[in-house]
Amino acid sequence: MNRKIVFATLVALPCLTTLLPAQADENYRAKAIAMIQKDFKPRGQADLDRLAEDGVQAICNRTGNHPPEALAKTLEADQMASVKWPADGKLMGDWKKGESLAQSGRGFTWSDKPGLPVGGNCYNCHQISPKEVAYGTIGPSLLHFGKLRGNTPEMQKYVYTKIYNAKIYNLCSEMPRFGRVEALKPEQIKDLVALLLDPESPVNK
Amino acid sequence: MKTLRILGALCTFAVTGGLYAQTADNIDHAKAAQEFEKFRAEMEDSNPAELNELKGEELWKAKRGPKNVSLAESCDLGLGIGKIEGAYVQMPRYFKDADAVMDAERRIVWCMVEKQGFKFEDIAKKPFQSPNDSGAPDITNLVMYIAGHSRGKPFAVDLKDPKVREVYEIGKEIAHYRAGPYDFACSTCHGTDGKRIRMQDLPNINTKEGATKAVMGWPAWRMTGGVALTMQWRMNDCFRQQRFPEPKYASDTITALLTYLTANANGVVYKGPGIKR
Ligand code: HEC
Repeated sequence: MNRKIVFATLVALPCLTTLLPAQADENYRAKAIAMIQKDFKPRGQADLDRLAEDGVQAICNRTGNHPPEALAKTLEADQMASVKWPADGKLMGDWKKGESLAQSGRGFTWSDKPGLPVGGNCYNCHQISPKEVAYGTIGPSLLHFGKLRGNTPEMQKYVYTKIYNAKIYNLCSEMPRFGRVEALKPEQIKDLVALLLDPESPVNK
Repeated sequence: MKTLRILGALCTFAVTGGLYAQTADNIDHAKAAQEFEKFRAEMEDSNPAELNELKGEELWKAKRGPKNVSLAESCDLGLGIGKIEGAYVQMPRYFKDADAVMDAERRIVWCMVEKQGFKFEDIAKKPFQSPNDSGAPDITNLVMYIAGHSRGKPFAVDLKDPKVREVYEIGKEIAHYRAGPYDFACSTCHGTDGKRIRMQDLPNINTKEGATKAVMGWPAWRMTGGVALTMQWRMNDCFRQQRFPEPKYASDTITALLTYLTANANGVVYKGPGIKR
């Protein structure tokens, strides 16, 4: 089932992208891509393959991050189909581990040592625990998240999948696909779910 | 006299910088950042970058390189050979002799190679100062000097020139191009007003106000590490944060981005090399 969907997307994407309304000026866009292709060199763990758009990126780039709704729905469903779940089936881990993971902004740059654990980067963009005042504002505030949204199995599943792959709910979300690109392992995502939803977490105090 | 004053400022930096590092570990980052900004602004009138400007002046006027000529007698920054008043704020511009649109740093490098006979590879090997280096690379000092001679002049990138216009449009595309493991583009971090990462303000480079914040004060003396850095470095380090591979030094991609940023700030008066955190 999964494989079929992935395959269908791979085949369909090139066709779809040619049919899309061209928001970006195609001429300049083509020239920009050609320029990027020749002007970079690999460094550390950052190889040149990072310059190529994958399907989701191509569509978001092509439509100014506003893909046609039907297409977005299909691709969002694809992203959902590729989620990997924790081995023990539980979606809540340890909020304390989640908090230190949320603090770390390390990972994936050419100056990061490959193989070292990648940080969650959460505070770069979100307010989370009331104790941390040095938070970014690119994403919405998550203060009191569990208190406001509850801690039901559905909510746990939503938070797990949102962190695993934010594009499931909003194809051109600015948030990275942490699970999909294997920045974060299912165990780590569980700890982040706990940070947001556990009644004992400072987020909900 | 001036040198003494700047050296004094450097010592204050060393001490206060240390203090800042300490406070930053405490919970109250927000207050520390505010204090730091106040301090940064106060120090701007004895900017250590003035020393870089002085070194740059010597380099500009000295006969150097395999061809033993000076840049002052050979390099045209768009206003005629050796003319530097207001040249920085009018770049990137199209240069006929190179048949390319070039930003200030790239143009100076071009002159060093074509007129003085330096090898591009030698300049590109280490174009940016790192915290432990004894000083800034020559090219950084040269950019500081040239930038200093546009103080008080408005940014004026010539978008009526079709070649510049085209590079501007390409730069705009590059600024919105999402790729890499985190799906980031410049505009992911710099595409909305009033956003920040942790405590660092992120100018929206697509607006005049944001682009002004982006280009104002560069090249800069950077308090983090106590180094002198140019816009070429700033673009390089943002691509690092974007999780992209490394852009080649003085490449078309960087010129395109700098054309986009600078032209978006057209009309705003440039204050000269600044201080950044
Ligand atoms: C992941 C987020 C991120 C991305 C992507 C990013 N930047 Fe930045 N950028 C930053 C941060 C953080 C700073 C502030 C650094 C500091 O204060 O030391 C910054 C600073 C800047 C500045 C200097 C602003 C000033 O006040 O001096 C410019 C200009 C800039 N970025 C342009 C770009 C361009 C162009 C791109 C695309 C190539 C880009 N950035 C991509 C995070 C990002």
